This record gives sequence, structure tokens and C-alpha cells, in this order.
Amino acid sequence: MANKAFQKVYTKLEAITKATVSLKANGIANDELAKVAGRLAQVVKIKKDLVTLQVFAGTEGIPTNAEVEFFGEPPALNVSEELSGRFFNAYGDPIDGGPKVEGERRHIGGPSVNPYKRKQPSQLIPTGIAGIDLNNTLVSGQKIPFFADPDQPYNQVMADVALRADVDKIILGGMGLSNDDYLYFKQKFEDEGALNKIISFVNTTEEPPVERLLIPDMALTAAEYFAVDKNQKVLVLLTDMTLYADALSIVSNRMDQIPSKDSMPGSLYSDLAKIYEKAVQLPDGGSITIIAVTTLNEGDITHAIPDNTGYITEGQLFLRTDTDTGKIIVDPFRSLSRLKQLVIGKKTREDHAQVMNTGVRLYADAANAKTKLENGFDLSDYDMRCLDYAKEYSTKLLSIDVNIKIDEMLDTGWKLFKKYFKPEELGIKQKLVDKYWDKA
Amino acid sequence: MKTKGKVTGIVSNLVSVEVDGPVAQNELCFIDLDGVKLMAEVIKVNGNTASTQVYESTRGLKVGDPVEFEGRMLEVTLGPGLLSSNYDGLQDNLATMKDVFLKRGEYTSPLDSEKIWEFKPIAQPGDRVAAADWLGEVKEGWMPHKIMVPFSFKGEYTVKSVAAPGNYKIHDTMAVLTNEKGEEVKVDMTQKWPVKVAIDGYKEKPRPYKIMETGVRAIDTLNPIAEGGTGFIPGPFGCGKTVIQHAIAKQAEADIIIMAACGERANEVVEIFAEFPELVDTRTGRKLIERTIIICNTSNMPVAAREASVYTAMTIGEYYRAMGLKVLLLADSTSRWAQALREMSNRMEELPGADAFPVDLSSIISNFYSRAGIVVLNNGNTGSVTFIGTVSPAGGNLKEPVTESTKKCARCFYALSQARADGKRYPSIDPIDSYSKYLEYPEIEEYFSKRISPDWVKNVYKAKNIILRGKEAHDQINILGDDGVPMEYHTRYWKSELLDFIILQQDAFDAVDCQSSLERQEFMLNKVLEICDKQFEFDRFEQCVEYFKNLINIMRQMNYAAFKSEDFNKYLKQLDKTLEENGK
Repeated sequence: MANKAFQKVYTKLEAITKATVSLKANGIANDELAKVAGRLAQVVKIKKDLVTLQVFAGTEGIPTNAEVEFFGEPPALNVSEELSGRFFNAYGDPIDGGPKVEGERRHIGGPSVNPYKRKQPSQLIPTGIAGIDLNNTLVSGQKIPFFADPDQPYNQVMADVALRADVDKIILGGMGLSNDDYLYFKQKFEDEGALNKIISFVNTTEEPPVERLLIPDMALTAAEYFAVDKNQKVLVLLTDMTLYADALSIVSNRMDQIPSKDSMPGSLYSDLAKIYEKAVQLPDGGSITIIAVTTLNEGDITHAIPDNTGYITEGQLFLRTDTDTGKIIVDPFRSLSRLKQLVIGKKTREDHAQVMNTGVRLYADAANAKTKLENGFDLSDYDMRCLDYAKEYSTKLLSIDVNIKIDEMLDTGWKLFKKYFKPEELGIKQKLVDKYWDKA
Repeated sequence: MKTKGKVTGIVSNLVSVEVDGPVAQNELCFIDLDGVKLMAEVIKVNGNTASTQVYESTRGLKVGDPVEFEGRMLEVTLGPGLLSSNYDGLQDNLATMKDVFLKRGEYTSPLDSEKIWEFKPIAQPGDRVAAADWLGEVKEGWMPHKIMVPFSFKGEYTVKSVAAPGNYKIHDTMAVLTNEKGEEVKVDMTQKWPVKVAIDGYKEKPRPYKIMETGVRAIDTLNPIAEGGTGFIPGPFGCGKTVIQHAIAKQAEADIIIMAACGERANEVVEIFAEFPELVDTRTGRKLIERTIIICNTSNMPVAAREASVYTAMTIGEYYRAMGLKVLLLADSTSRWAQALREMSNRMEELPGADAFPVDLSSIISNFYSRAGIVVLNNGNTGSVTFIGTVSPAGGNLKEPVTESTKKCARCFYALSQARADGKRYPSIDPIDSYSKYLEYPEIEEYFSKRISPDWVKNVYKAKNIILRGKEAHDQINILGDDGVPMEYHTRYWKSELLDFIILQQDAFDAVDCQSSLERQEFMLNKVLEICDKQFEFDRFEQCVEYFKNLINIMRQMNYAAFKSEDFNKYLKQLDKTLEENGK
């Protein structure tokens, strides 16, 4: 972060808490950055001449006579093509040993796009994973999180999705990423030879949690540069947003704010919306798509973090282990892509909607049959066929290790229908049955 | 002289200002940040310090920045040209902003001052008039737009002159009035009104006495909403709240639709921007956008303006009501508005109520809902504002302050159920938890007996009872097993399923089924009740299941066919034939 050395140096702190320091200073602007005893801090409250700063790295060991130097500007990032292929920390400083990035200096967390200037998203993002492409199709300009328990391989799935997606830039915002996961991403991007289109902003678990608060805005400022200035298709990956929200609650708690549900700040909804709503389809072709990860506590989606997220994002992708097949699948019941109807049957084959719905319905019938079985009731022939179908459907389509084209997913769907059912059991439009049944 | 002040404190968008003169609660002021004027509203005064909520980001603001007070509250500009507009919460016209990004301090004019309107006078020189009386009319699209005596005018006036028929711009003088002291006042096509104050200027506000058709069976048949009534839709995410709202906006029998997108997703508004100019209102044959006003303050736009947006929408609704029009106001979602109140109350360090919401949340909500209503205007015409708000309860739990406060004042409750949504039973309006108080109104019962049949309300209650009894039977079947209950339980359950599939469920994405006329709803409900009244004989429960699944399938085909079309009648015959085979 560029340091402007013309500011006065203050040396007397009036108050210190775990996350904030206060001092008497004049002419200070709201949101301005400062350095307190060498650590970055941001102005969060001004009352007459008393300025309160949030110290990102925590205040441990900061003395009352610490040097405080104000930068005269809010957090900013230098943007240019030079960002490509680079790794940065939460402050936008390189962590890959490379040189500082030259370019236009932009304040992060900038204004929102005028909703009237947005375009309706309409471009499909293929991922090769049928649980996504077939049942919950992604569209550019969409914002969607993975809801997953911490033991699910969500980062791997997300890396796969990113590398297979047809986009110009991939921007990774890692919050509280374990060092192993950070190295995994780095290695994976290198192996795929995709490094030149990837930009990463990373805060690992080894670094102070409050620093994470800068990550999404850093990543999205870079994203807006490529999407707005360069008309590129940008995919932003944010992992893990639960840890981001946890950092928010730490700060609000230290600032004596009254918590609302689940000890989260009352502004959680707005705070998350400000990030997710940066996803946009721009009129000139550029777009920002956000795929995030929200880790859950034992699948509990009523917790304030997933709950508020669900109200903001355009659906969610739910990962779980299918106990019958041992595969990790994209749960067809609890997952939803709200924008899928913008591309299904329009950008994909005409039978997409019917194959999708029928496939999921039969899987639901299988779930009912399983309940019956568990409760000791007799199974009908139809129930038995549903159970067999479900196993194959789970392995060949829902499983996250599937990587095929959408047409192939549809063909697989028809093959499974034909193998286990009669056309009249499907309730698919006759016209489509006539066309696809025999080929399957 | 305007009161001036200087910034003394900043916490996020709460800014305290030391003032040099009088300020009023809710007065507007502009804070000067290096030449950019940020709009703010006074929300508390203590001594010389006014606490203001700023409608924009306060980044870069400093202690000592100058502030100028406006001597007025937040107002909307009312006049021809509101229809088809897209405003933000402060009534800035989003369509005329140039930049892709919303710029701080950029406020655009809500009405086009150069547009020509064709004016026809209504009042005559010499007429005695008062606030809200009609002076003339222009055609706004195809809607008659009344030019009225401004609502802020007190007392009686005499019309001195009214402009001759012809073409005028909004700021031309349309009439000259003389007040009781003999002073002349000029009136043009526009007026301003503070959003937080309800527009009056009508003779009386009777109890609602007729129904506003929405074409959604689960609403019109089971829990109808009255014209001028209030309703709310709480539901967890993913239950189809937005689809229902959009369906109502597309189909409701209203002259004007105002949609307040309050703290929701921008792409949902984009969907309206993209669809409404294309979609046709089946009743008038006009494009939906022509009767629609969108107030859009999406979740990433400034929080304080989110609170203002619902008031802006309501005030515009009341304006059109004063013209004798039927207005339907939809706000999605009132929870986001409540959260905006909570954020502010929190920053002001007020003692919190439940879930950290302000303690007066309940009274703020009920005050707002009470602005809806059907009114009799001074000239005897009626106009109405019907209000439906959505609520986004945290974790889908209806025991939370916003849902509970809203329940106290809204007369219709459309609970969306997660279980129904999971079972793809859309719309997911829960038939047991939901209610409409209007069914209890004698005025409404009388309206139904004239409009449909004297038995209608009785039949509706009967249908509700069938669902309730069906659920009880289903619970028993689940506990005791299919073979462990008498056959009557199965028929009872499947009768309720028939009602569920044919009346409650409706395909919002099907061109025919999405909208059902009241006549058609009557026909189908009577048909279903007729079946429910029959006795059926089955040997095995599987027979019962198969038989009713067949009935459901036939009647679904009826729902998908145009009312009384050849197809419809074909399925009806098939249905009657099936019923002859079993059932007495």
C-alpha cells in the first residue's frame, strides 16, 4: 500500500481495545487508512477531534505512545493488466516475490452499478459437473455460493468449476484459507497452465482475521477493472464467506455494537449484499460472476450467515455425501440456481427442462421408497426400479467427479430413463419422447 | 435564512452536525464533501447537535465539513410522467443517469419538464375547490391523469381561470385559484408532498367492501384480498416469494402497479425492466410497463434510502388514488426496510427491542400499513391503494419481530411453506396457516353473493375444512401405515389432495394456468367440492390412490386448457364419465 509521507505523525493514543485505538486528531476523513505502530488501520468513527481506528492486525502490544500516521485516502488498489497471474495479500501487496503493480489507483468498495444499466444475464457457464450444468445451470453475472459442511471438498470443486468455465479472468479471494488450501490453489492453477488469467488475494489462517474484511473488496475492485474497463468475463471465487462474516462480528463486538441473531452484526445483510451484488452483466459485454463458499455447521441453513446469504444470492449449491454410493454429489433437492431458466432450453437443448425435472422427480421417488424400506413397508416394483435408478443417477450425473458436456448429460438422462422406466411413467411431453427415446 | 451547520461526528452513515439555527425532525440537509452534496435527514436533535442519516456513502467526510438545511422534509414530486418510470428510493430517475455506476450526490429530476401533455379542463371558473379536487386532466399513456388542487393547500379556493384545452408542459400554469383572502395562486401540473405524511383530501375511508382479483387461486379463492386491503407474504428464501409477487403484479385487476424493490436483488428488478415492456396486460391489451412504476433500492444501494423507498412508493400510490384509480402497491421486502431501521437505531445507541430491532418497530409498521385503503373522494368517486408486502423472516422462523409486528396490522396473511416448496407445490402458500380477515367481513360476503353466488364464502370455508381434515387423515396414515387405517381415511386424504392439486397449485409459468378468472375459479371449486361430497367405494387403498390420481390428472389438463374451450370440455366429459364409474 502506497504510503504518503506528508501527514503529521501522532504519538498519543487515548484508548486501546482489542481491535481499535482512539486518538485526538484533526482533518481526518471517514474510512481513511492509517498506520498505527506499523500496522494498517482504518478510520471507523469520528467524534469531534476523537478518531477511532480499526487495527486490522489487532492491537496486541501497541503502546499508548505508538506512532500514528494517516494516509489521506481509503484502501486502494493499483489496477492494470499487470495484475494477471499475481498473488496478493489483503492489502493488495504482492506475496509472490514479484514487483509492485503499477497502474491506476482505485479506491476499493466503490459505488454500485445503476440497476437500470444492468443487462439480464443470459450466457451459460458450463462446468462439466452435471449436478450443476444439468440441474442448476450457472449463468454469467450470477452470484451463487456453495453451502457445504467443512469436511466437504468445496475448494476443489470450486477450483474445477473455475478452470473449466469459459471466462477471461478468474479472481480468487481467499479468506481464512488454510495454508494447505492456498498452496493447493496455487499448484492447481499452475498445473492447468492457467496462471496468467488468475489473480489471487489471499488471507490465510496464519494472518489476523480482521484483515479478511478487505479481501472481497480488493478482489471485486480488480474484477470491476477487467469487466468494466476491459469488457471481460470475470469469475470471482470467494472462500470462505462464513469466516468473513465471523470477522465482521468480531469488529462489531469490539465496537460495542448490539448484536442481532447468532451474535452477528445487525448490518450483516447489507454487508454481504454489498459484496454479492457486485455480480453483474454489463451492457458492453463484460460480466462479473461470483461463486462463493459458505461453510455450514452440520448443514444448518437457518444460521444467520447462510440465511442472509440465501436471501441475497441467486440460489445455492449444496454439497453432500450420498451414503448409497459414497459419492459427493450436488444435492438436487436443496440446490437451486435462480437464473437457470434464463438459459435452459434457450441456450441448451429443447429437452433440458423436462429431463432435469423428471430426473430429479424420480430421484425423489427413490428417496420416498427408501423411507418406506426403512420403516419396514413393502416395496412395489416401481419403488425397486427407482432405487436402482437413483444409484446410477447419483454416480453418472450428480457426482462431482463427472466432467461431461451438457448434451451428453441429457443423453445419459434418457439412457437411465429407458433402462429403468416406461415412457408413460415419466410424464415427459410425447413430442420429446418420440424424438429421444429410441436414440437412448 | 437557511440553517447552517458543521459536521462534528461520523459513524458509518450516521453523521452529527452542530447547527446555528432551528432544525426540524426529519428535515433534509445537504452535506458538502469537497463540492459533492450528500443528502441527509435529521433523525434526532439534542441541544445544538442534530443527528442525521446520510443517504449516501460517507467515505471521505471530515469533521468541519459544511452542512446546509433545507427547511423541508423528504418530498416526492407528483405529476404526469410518473408511470413507466424507474426511480431509486429518493425518486431519482435511474433511466436518465448517464454513468454505469451510481455517483454520490447525483440527483436527477423525476419528471420530464419538456414533455408535452394534452390537457382537458374539468373545473370551471367560479367553482369552489379544496385540496385534491380535480382541475383538469391529461392522458398519461392511456390513463387519465388528474391535475389537482395541491394537497398542501388549506381551506377553500375559488377557481379564477383554468387553462384552455391544448398542449402544455408540466410547469405551465394550468389554473389560477383565489384563496379566502382574495390572493391569487397559480397551479401547474406538479406538486410536492413529504413522503412520511399520509395524503388526505378525501371524504371518508370506509371498510373495504370488494375484492381485488389477482388471478391466483390460492389467494382469490381461499384467502381473497380486498381492494384497499393489506396483506403480507412471509417466507424463507427459495419458496417462490418473488414469483408470486411478479404474478400478482402482472395479473392483478388494478389500474396502477407500484413495485418497491426494497433491499432485494438487482437482477430481479432487471427481470422486470426486461419483461414488463414486452408483457401485455390481458385486461386492457396494453403493455404492463405502461401501468407500472418501479421504485428500486436494491440491497447494495444506500441503506437509509432503502427506508425512504417504501414511503416514496406509498406516497405516489396515494397520489394516484386521489385521481380515483385502483392502485396496487407491492413492497419486496419490508424486512429489509426494518433492517435499515435497525442499523440506524443501533448506531444511535438506542436501547434495543427484540432481535436488536428498534422498540417502536411495530408502530412504524402498522402506521405504514394503515396508509392503504379504499377512499371516497370529495367528488364521490372512489380510489384505492391495496398493499401487499413481503417479509423475509430470518431462518424462515415466523416468530420474529417483523413478521409478528406485521401480523398485527395486515389483514391477509399468506404464509409460504418450506415443505410445500420442497414438494414443488407452487404457489407454496400454506392453506392452513394462511388467512384472510376479509372473509369475515359482512360487506365482502355480500359482495361475493352478488358477484359469484350466495354460498361462496360458505364453500370457501368448506374447502378449508377439507384440507384440514385431509391433513389429519394423512398424519394418521403416516403413523399407522396404509393398511392400518379405515378406507375412509384414504378417501378423505385424497379428496384434500385433489383440492390441493387443482385449486391451490397453479403453474405460474404456463400461459393459460398462470391466470384464472373468478368465473373459472368458481367453476373449478364447485366441481372439486362436488367430487368431495361424493361417497366412493374402494376395495384396496391402492385403488383409491390410482382413482384420485386419475381425477387429478384429468382436472390438471382442464387447468391447462383455456376455460370452456373444446379441450376443456373434452376433459370435463372425461371427468364426468370417470365419476359415474365410482362415486355417489
